[in-house]
Amino acid sequence: MTIFNPFRALGRGVLSLLRSIGAIAIFAGLTVRAVIGPFFAGQFVQQLVRIGFLSLPVVGLTALFTGAALALNIYVGGERFNAESFVPNIVALGIVRELGPVIAALMLAGRVSSGIAAEIGAMRATEQIDALHTLTIDPMRYLVVPRVLAGIVVLPMLVLVADVIGVFGGFLVGVTTLEFDPTVYVRNSADILERWDVVSGLIKAAVFGFLLTLMGCYHGYRAQGGAQGVGRAATHAVVSAAMLIFAANFILTSLFV
Amino acid sequence: MAAPVKIAWKNVTKRFGSKTVLDGLSLDAHEGKSLVIIGGSGTGKSVTIKTALGLIAPDKGVVEIDGRAVRPEDPSDPGLDQIGMLFQSGALFDSLTIWENIAFKLLKAGRMKRPEARARAIEALEQVDLEPDVANRATRELSGGMLKRASLARAIVTKPAILFFDEPTTGLDPVTADVINRLILRQVKSLGATAVTITHDMASMRMIADEVAMIEHGKIRWRGGLDGIEDCADPAVCAFVHGRSADE
Repeated sequence: MTIFNPFRALGRGVLSLLRSIGAIAIFAGLTVRAVIGPFFAGQFVQQLVRIGFLSLPVVGLTALFTGAALALNIYVGGERFNAESFVPNIVALGIVRELGPVIAALMLAGRVSSGIAAEIGAMRATEQIDALHTLTIDPMRYLVVPRVLAGIVVLPMLVLVADVIGVFGGFLVGVTTLEFDPTVYVRNSADILERWDVVSGLIKAAVFGFLLTLMGCYHGYRAQGGAQGVGRAATHAVVSAAMLIFAANFILTSLFV
Repeated sequence: MAAPVKIAWKNVTKRFGSKTVLDGLSLDAHEGKSLVIIGGSGTGKSVTIKTALGLIAPDKGVVEIDGRAVRPEDPSDPGLDQIGMLFQSGALFDSLTIWENIAFKLLKAGRMKRPEARARAIEALEQVDLEPDVANRATRELSGGMLKRASLARAIVTKPAILFFDEPTTGLDPVTADVINRLILRQVKSLGATAVTITHDMASMRMIADEVAMIEHGKIRWRGGLDGIEDCADPAVCAFVHGRSADE
């Protein structure tokens, strides 16, 4: 009888993680290399619309409710220290520096990473990626590069929208429920923000856009088997994109503080 | 005099994990001839074709087209310019219309203008006996047989010197399979192309083969002309060709 060996299991887990990190790094390298060469502008524009424009409702609604809930929570906490007046400032800073980019990226990880993984995974399963190769088209250039570039370009734009709507959500709650004066709320929100607060959020957004599209492409490209393999690829894409977004957020926040 | 060698697999070995799929396989396809590769499931037929297309890199050995080694996993390999491929699943892009699928290489790699590429695609559709009104349809609107024909049109539209067919009649009813076989035969002859087909379908083999090779355990078990395979002395080959188990 084999006795369960926790050290062996741990070792296997670590090796598997290292293998995955290595494979993702190689895939990222191949993606960067594929940027040089023929560019499929039609594919890029199509992805801008799919990833960006079609995600607007999801990102906007999420930002609105997050801003509103944040205002309520900060009010509750601030009340304990007689600091309720800081609600507009903290909502604006929290949304622009942190929640706007992270919430938008997580929503896109769910919507876009899984979609990309499923689409490319299905193409793998039905030999469409092999067909691209035989038609002398580099699948990395045709499928991966347009999606990743679109993610990098479009996520900062979405985050900018999320920032505005998130702050507006806080404003709505502040004015209608917490009895803030509208003019004071807007002035306090605007006064606290510096240019770097917005720019750092947009830099984060571009990095998240790269990560979440890369994860979709990576897992889709490596999908094996039929429908089950495609489903697995979509799940792995969402989970790995979310984990990488959190990790990158911590690293970037540490750098930007 | 024998036709010159167009494609040569030279001592090709390929392993997936602990499984050896191709075990030092050596095989030639001669210019202008139709080579049909037969063999049971999992014997390495598809991998053989994929090594020639550069989709799979051999662990050992080399595949040569016109005496030049195929560069694995490199879509810019000039050898691919002279290749047309019909995939088992059709592998048409479901985001494109039928004519865009057929003209894909002309549009994307050849940078041909859309009206000209569309005209070429419709010409190719007619060559596979499909009506021009199919051109604007989506792939989901076509039956299995029509999809195979559209895929064949994509394979021949650039008038390639080499055609690969992966299980061209799998999943089709006997009548449609016969139509596909006749179309393949007609297109291969009219292009004067070198054809390599892998199939389980013995009717297909009998119709389109000039030469037959049987793969077993990643090696060539038997190689010869179509006449020779019908009364081959090798019991395994005989059993496969006549659809009997080797014990009978």
